[in-house]
Amino acid sequence: MAASVRCFLRSGKNAVSALGRRGFHKSAPAAVQMMVRDALNQAMDEELERDERVFLLGEEVAQYDGAYKVSRGLWKKYGDKRIIDTPITEMGFAGIAVGAAMAGLRPICEFMTFNFSMQAIDQIINSAAKTYYMSAGFQAVPIVFRGPNGASAGVAAQHSQCFAAWYAHCPGLKVVSPWNAEDAKGLLKSAIRDDNPVVFLENELMYGVPFEMSEESQSKDFTIPIGKAKVERQGTHVSLVSHSRYVSHCLDAAVVLAKEGIECEVINLRTIRPLDVECIETSVMKTNHLVTVEGGWPQFGVGAEICARIMEGPAFNYLDAPATRVTGVDIPMPYAKILEDNSLPQIKDIIFSVKKTLNV
Amino acid sequence: MKNMLTIISNALCRITGRNVLLIDLSEYVNVTSPPAVPALAQTQAQTQRQPPKPPPVSTRAPAAQLVSAQADQLDTPGTRAVVSRSFADFTSQATFDIKKCDVHRLEEGPPLKAELTREQGLRYYRIMQTVRRMELKADQLYKQKIIRGFCHLYDGQEACAVGIEAAINPSDHLITAYRAHGYTYTRGIAVKEILAELTGRRGGVAKGKGGSMHMYAPHFYGGNGIVGAQVPLGAGIALACQYQGNNQVCVALYGDGAANQGQLFESFNMAALWKLPCIFTCENNQYGMGTSVERASASTDYYKRGDFIPGIRVDGMDVLCVREAFKFAAEHCRSGKGPIVMELKTYRYHGHSMSDPGVSYRTREEIQEVRSKSDPITMLKERMLSNNMASVEEFKEIDIAIRKEVEEAAQYATSDPEPPLEELCNHIFSNDSPLEVRGTNPWARLKSVS
Repeated sequence: MAASVRCFLRSGKNAVSALGRRGFHKSAPAAVQMMVRDALNQAMDEELERDERVFLLGEEVAQYDGAYKVSRGLWKKYGDKRIIDTPITEMGFAGIAVGAAMAGLRPICEFMTFNFSMQAIDQIINSAAKTYYMSAGFQAVPIVFRGPNGASAGVAAQHSQCFAAWYAHCPGLKVVSPWNAEDAKGLLKSAIRDDNPVVFLENELMYGVPFEMSEESQSKDFTIPIGKAKVERQGTHVSLVSHSRYVSHCLDAAVVLAKEGIECEVINLRTIRPLDVECIETSVMKTNHLVTVEGGWPQFGVGAEICARIMEGPAFNYLDAPATRVTGVDIPMPYAKILEDNSLPQIKDIIFSVKKTLNV
Repeated sequence: MKNMLTIISNALCRITGRNVLLIDLSEYVNVTSPPAVPALAQTQAQTQRQPPKPPPVSTRAPAAQLVSAQADQLDTPGTRAVVSRSFADFTSQATFDIKKCDVHRLEEGPPLKAELTREQGLRYYRIMQTVRRMELKADQLYKQKIIRGFCHLYDGQEACAVGIEAAINPSDHLITAYRAHGYTYTRGIAVKEILAELTGRRGGVAKGKGGSMHMYAPHFYGGNGIVGAQVPLGAGIALACQYQGNNQVCVALYGDGAANQGQLFESFNMAALWKLPCIFTCENNQYGMGTSVERASASTDYYKRGDFIPGIRVDGMDVLCVREAFKFAAEHCRSGKGPIVMELKTYRYHGHSMSDPGVSYRTREEIQEVRSKSDPITMLKERMLSNNMASVEEFKEIDIAIRKEVEEAAQYATSDPEPPLEELCNHIFSNDSPLEVRGTNPWARLKSVS
């Protein structure tokens, strides 16, 4: 984790100095560094300003400025009506948020972590996701459920689960998993503007990571479409498909592998449901090898779905080896650092899997 | 003959709400049924399928006039010519004593007297009777296996739905659990669309995709299958009312079985904290499926279960008692006092659902006793008859008309075609571009549009 932070700070610095060198001929483009939490904050701020039906509710979102400071300053700016502190009653406030969405508002319902969303999962699935279908298109539910998902650091088994596969299983939901600050901002804005229930899976370990924000992303109307993956790094030998924090791991692994002459194509899924299978297929048809990387458990997970979809589509015939999944270890998350570190995919695991897949 | 015609024409005047009656009564000799009723049961042509917008003005303006307790329309100035036979034959309005409600954390409760006009009485009768006959028709269709799956019938509880609707506005909001057919009707969906939804046809209110427990209408949020889940939703709808400052309230209904759900208490807490205009309403029909209230709840005073929230216990078999109590409750919420908990003591004649005969946990004698002593429709009819507010023949006419309406609705529901397979995957997402949906096998690529 520290390695990735240093890696990105380095790349950020390089980018800035490169821009500086070119700056003699024209004004430097406004390259800005922004942490993921600030990008999320900015997205919510802009959408709250744009549409008065948008409001945020959750535990500690108002006066505490957010358990992870993602909603810092919003209560001060928008007040009690738009930023609502709730009691610790997930099932109740998630249901209230869904009801408010049915009656014309556009709530953002924050779960302090998605582990607590299990208390409210009936409201997410049965009251939110299925309603538009059950009502044959009469009752829409424009709501965003957001919060940190997956492992943190040292928070042990009950606070470390990844819910991407669980929510992505259900028709009627969109499931989004941003990686960097630009993803966070553009996808959250899209999610808030979407007329459907969106599960927005953030990552606590990414909140404090700064990324460069393109000029385009600094606009108040900058959105990233839900359902489209992004190729973060072009490559020719293997397709590394990942989401959220592990995109960083894939990019780091790609740097190491490049020194050995293996060029990895790194795909940032951005959205889990609907999955951008075409992007993966196009890549696999080019590289002939597929490795998926995720933090969640292996069984019935995101990687499992990607493998199944590739098998069912045209890209199967282009595979020179079976697809490989790199996942979290199939255990509840332990506490001790050495155990925790070895419960999640590390860069060395990705490198190892790529070489095995390529048979080198 | 002329006497009969007069009676019929009087009845028609009242039922249709028209001030003017065609002059020549002989034209009515061949009347078989009254024209389509413009009141609460009007057909909702559901042409608007969009995400909810900021609070709309009521989409059923004409109904609003009829719902609120209005003086007899004929008293308003400008009323036009009436029949040659005067209405003085019937009492146009009477005041009835109603049962005192038990209250919790309230200085005063709903009034002890209720005014009823002839027009209101006939209307409440007609609506309750329509719900009754519709539910009995559903029973029949279910036994013929034309309706399948779940079917939870509301007969016996009609006074709750009708009394509530009489007390609130169409622009208010209502959400209930799965025993929802009665509310679907009172909130504006035609009988034929309800029955066609039960039989799973394309003309059903949810195009056959929802079924018994998932029917929706403007300001009616179903029809919810998960016990208790509708209550936080109702509190959320009330939050939206408060947020939008539209002076509307939400009635969130649940049963005695759901009254012990944790999410209810979570909702009570937030509703009280934030003073949400939510009328939490427990329809206590004494049994949660096969479990009597004494066996399920440590406290059966459901109107007190809101603890810090004021509560009222109401005779749910008396439509006037329900109406007055809900007028009181709506006023409480609209004045910014926060939520209120209502308990309607009522009774269902059928079992929990069609798969429950309903006699393993209660006696036939008990059911029969309620039917003979407390039936809501009979009670209203007897009140009106003994106060000369209407005649036996009028009620008979109404019954005949309703029977016909329900019969025709059942005809429609059994003959309308099933939804086309092309619609299978539609309505996954709102306001979205078309997407591909995986079918049962990888080669089945189905199309879904919003």
